[in-house]
Amino acid sequence: MKEWTSGLRDPGRVRGLAAEMAALDPGRPIRLMHVCGTHEHALCAAGIRDLLPEWLTLVAGPGCPVCVCPASEIDLAVRIAALPGVTLATFGDLVRVPARISLAQARTRGADVRVVYGVADAVALARSLPDRTVVFFAVGFETTACTTAAALRASPPDNFQVLSSHRLVPPALQALLDLPGETPDGFLLPGHVLTVTGTKAYEDLLSRRPIPMAVAGFEPLDILQAIRAILEQVRRGRAEVVNAYPRAVREQGNRAAREAIAEVFEAADAPWRGIGTIPGSGLRLRPAFRHRDAGEVFGLAPDPAVQDAPTGCRCGEVLLGRQEPEECPFFGNPCVPDDPMGPCMVAQEGTCAARYRHRRA
Amino acid sequence: MCLAVPMRLVRRDGPVGWAEVQGISREVRLDLVPEVRPGEWLIVHAGYAIEVLDEEEARESLEMALRASEDPGTVGGGP
Ligand code: SF4
Repeated sequence: MKEWTSGLRDPGRVRGLAAEMAALDPGRPIRLMHVCGTHEHALCAAGIRDLLPEWLTLVAGPGCPVCVCPASEIDLAVRIAALPGVTLATFGDLVRVPARISLAQARTRGADVRVVYGVADAVALARSLPDRTVVFFAVGFETTACTTAAALRASPPDNFQVLSSHRLVPPALQALLDLPGETPDGFLLPGHVLTVTGTKAYEDLLSRRPIPMAVAGFEPLDILQAIRAILEQVRRGRAEVVNAYPRAVREQGNRAAREAIAEVFEAADAPWRGIGTIPGSGLRLRPAFRHRDAGEVFGLAPDPAVQDAPTGCRCGEVLLGRQEPEECPFFGNPCVPDDPMGPCMVAQEGTCAARYRHRRA
Repeated sequence: MCLAVPMRLVRRDGPVGWAEVQGISREVRLDLVPEVRPGEWLIVHAGYAIEVLDEEEARESLEMALRASEDPGTVGGGP
C-alpha cells in the first residue's frame, strides 16, 4: 500500500493527465475553486497550476480554518487566556494570528498559552494541571470538530473547557454562491472534510444551485482526476458531485464522526473573516455541554468592535478567491511567514503562506 | 494547523492506537473509527483517526491513474 502514493505522484503521469485536459476545452475561460488549505499546499508543492491549460484557473477559497477565524474570536481567546487560573491550549498557527493582540503577545504579557497538536493533548494537559482551567481554543472544519466532539464525549476532567470556533464547509459554499459577482464554474471539494461528512450535504447544495463538483484527494493525480471530473461535467452541461477520492470518502461519510458532532454541537450563525456572517456555519456546544463552554462559563463573548484587517491586509479578498496573494502589495515585502500581516500568511494552510513558500526563485 | 495524513495502524489498546508511516510513529485516538484493526490504513488528523482507507479503492485509484495517463513511462510503484 505504501507504493500507491508514489504512483499517484509520478511526474510523467501527472504531466500526461494534465495534457489530456486540453481536449476538454469548452471554448471559454473556466475558473474552479478549491476550499482546502491542504489542496493549496499540494497544488503549490507539485506545481500543478503550471501544467493546466491557459483557459483553466484554479483559485483558493476560504479553506484555511485559521484564516477564516475572525479577529473578534481570537480576541476572545486572548481575554480568556488572561484570566487568572486559566491555561489556554490551541494550535500553533493560531497563536501567531494578529488580532487586537495575538495569543503570542498575550503570552509575553504573562498569559499561559500552550501549543498542542490536537484536542487529546489539551485534555492530557488538563489532567496534568488539576488546579487550573484548561481551555482548548478549537478551530477547524468538520475534520477537527469531530475530534473536539469525541474528546468531550470521552469524559474529560472537570477542569477542561472548549472555546469553539469550529466552522462547517457546506454553508460557506452556499454563501459563496449567493455572493454578488462572479461565481466559480466548479468546486473541488475538500477530501478530508468529506471523509467525515460524506457527499450528501453537497448534493443538497445542488438542489439550490447546479454547479459541478468533485471530491479531491491530495496526491497530484487525485487532484487532476477531480479537475477532469469537473471539466467533463462542464462539457456535458451537468452538475453533480463526483467522488474522485473513493478510497477515503464514502457517500455517508464517517457515521461515528458525524454522530459525535451532532451530539455535542449545534449549528449557529457565525462570522467568517473576509466573508461576513454565514447562517448555520458555526458550531456551538449544545446545552448538555454548556458547562464546558468557556465563553458561557466566564460570561464572555466576542466583541464585534474588533476589526479583522486594520492593516490593509487583503486576506478577505484572498479568502474569497477574488485576489491572488501575489496581487497584494504587501506579499513578500513586508508580509512574510516570519513576520505576517494577516492570517493567510501565518497559517501553514494559508494561501499566502503556501504561495510564498513555493514561489519561483 | 495540522494536515491530515495516511498512517498504518500497528497496534491498538481500546480507544488508543499506535500508527506509523515512513518510519514516523505516533499515538492516535480511535474513538471515531471503532472497528479498525491493526494493519489497516487510517487518515489521521490532529491526533485522531477520522477514517479508514479502503485498500481496494486505493488500488483502483492507482489503476485509474495509470489508465488516465497517456504517459507510457515505467510502471514503478504499482501495487
Ligand atoms: S500577503 Fe500578507 S498582507 Fe497581503 S493578503 Fe496575504 S497575509 Fe494579507
